[in-house]
Amino acid sequence: MGDSQYSFSLTTFSPSGKLVQIEHALTAVGSAANGVVIATEKKLPSILVDETSVQKIQYLTPNIGVVYSGMGPDFRVLVRKSRKQVEQYHRLYKEPIPVTQPVRETAAVMQEFTQSGGVRPFGVSLLVAGYDDNGPQLYQNAKTFLEKRYTDDMELDDAVHTAILTLKEGFEGQISGKNIEIGIIGTDKNFRVLTPAEIDDYLAEVE
Amino acid sequence: MSIFEYNGSALVAMVGKNCFAIASDRRLGVQLQTIATDFQRISKIHDRLFLGLSGLATDAQTLYQRLVFRHKLYQLREERDMKPETFANLVSAILYEKRFGPYFCQPVIAGLGDEDKPFICTMDSIGAKELAKDFVVAGTASESLYGACESMFKDDMEPEELFETVSQALLSSVDRDCLSGWGGHVYVVTPTEVKERILKGRMD
Repeated sequence: MGDSQYSFSLTTFSPSGKLVQIEHALTAVGSAANGVVIATEKKLPSILVDETSVQKIQYLTPNIGVVYSGMGPDFRVLVRKSRKQVEQYHRLYKEPIPVTQPVRETAAVMQEFTQSGGVRPFGVSLLVAGYDDNGPQLYQNAKTFLEKRYTDDMELDDAVHTAILTLKEGFEGQISGKNIEIGIIGTDKNFRVLTPAEIDDYLAEVE
Repeated sequence: MSIFEYNGSALVAMVGKNCFAIASDRRLGVQLQTIATDFQRISKIHDRLFLGLSGLATDAQTLYQRLVFRHKLYQLREERDMKPETFANLVSAILYEKRFGPYFCQPVIAGLGDEDKPFICTMDSIGAKELAKDFVVAGTASESLYGACESMFKDDMEPEELFETVSQALLSSVDRDCLSGWGGHVYVVTPTEVKERILKGRMD
């Protein structure tokens, strides 16, 4: 595929309009009728790193979670900005923020950095999963644009299995609860990162 | 004379069965002189949310314009109307921003929230919210209004009875206050319609 010639740089678009590097490291998603699942591989730079200290999936609010693929430090900066915006919203309206708002504002920040002088674009692609009055939602922020992933008629557990299978396809080495992270949000509206033990249970079901 | 009594006003909001009423007087004065007898104190924010502003008229107008601006932006961004509770929090935050140079207004907010539940509240000029289940009052005639509402209010009134109660409470209270009156303006809001009516009372 002609795309592979464009996989050398994080920020070069391929002829088909894809950011190939981002696609490689892309997280897997599964969306269910009553919830959302996001999963990512946890690629540690060396075996000396304690995997429990690395968290790719982060909370923006108790009912919105976000995961990234790309550069970790860029992600952390965006999460900080988002969290501040979420709290400002809450201070003003005392209402839980709808999922679209932090996504929109993060996209605006990311766009800003592609246009201002002297700064480089964020090297991350974000997946935001949340639950609000409009039900479960999933959004993707890749550089400057937003896409909404539509929900299918699937149960939450099936969505987890789908996400795991997708990750498995691109995975090098042995997949286990220690080197992937899965976050889910269900009808209880609370975003939750699964423990390694729970992930291992799902993995056993998939095998 | 206090700055809150410069223009004169009377506002009341009352809860009924799946409906609410919000009413005001119509006088605009400059101390003892009457300038207008058709002044609008109650404004619609959206079909299920009304805002009444008592106190200094210029601040009431400016504050209203700022709130409409904020609500329009909210509608564009979130693609939905603001809930009354959310709007009340917004008004409170905006008033507190001017804590040491406040708007001389006392707002009355009335709306239908989720599941058509009526919501009313008032706050002081620096944003201290007062939520009530039955009625809220504001303006120069507020003391009379408190008394009148307390004695005339009943739970779960239908829209027509609510209209009668609010109108009687308003007219009898403004008659005891020289700075408010010249008729009344009553909105009765149900999930399906908004009925706006003008009252004729003692025209003084």
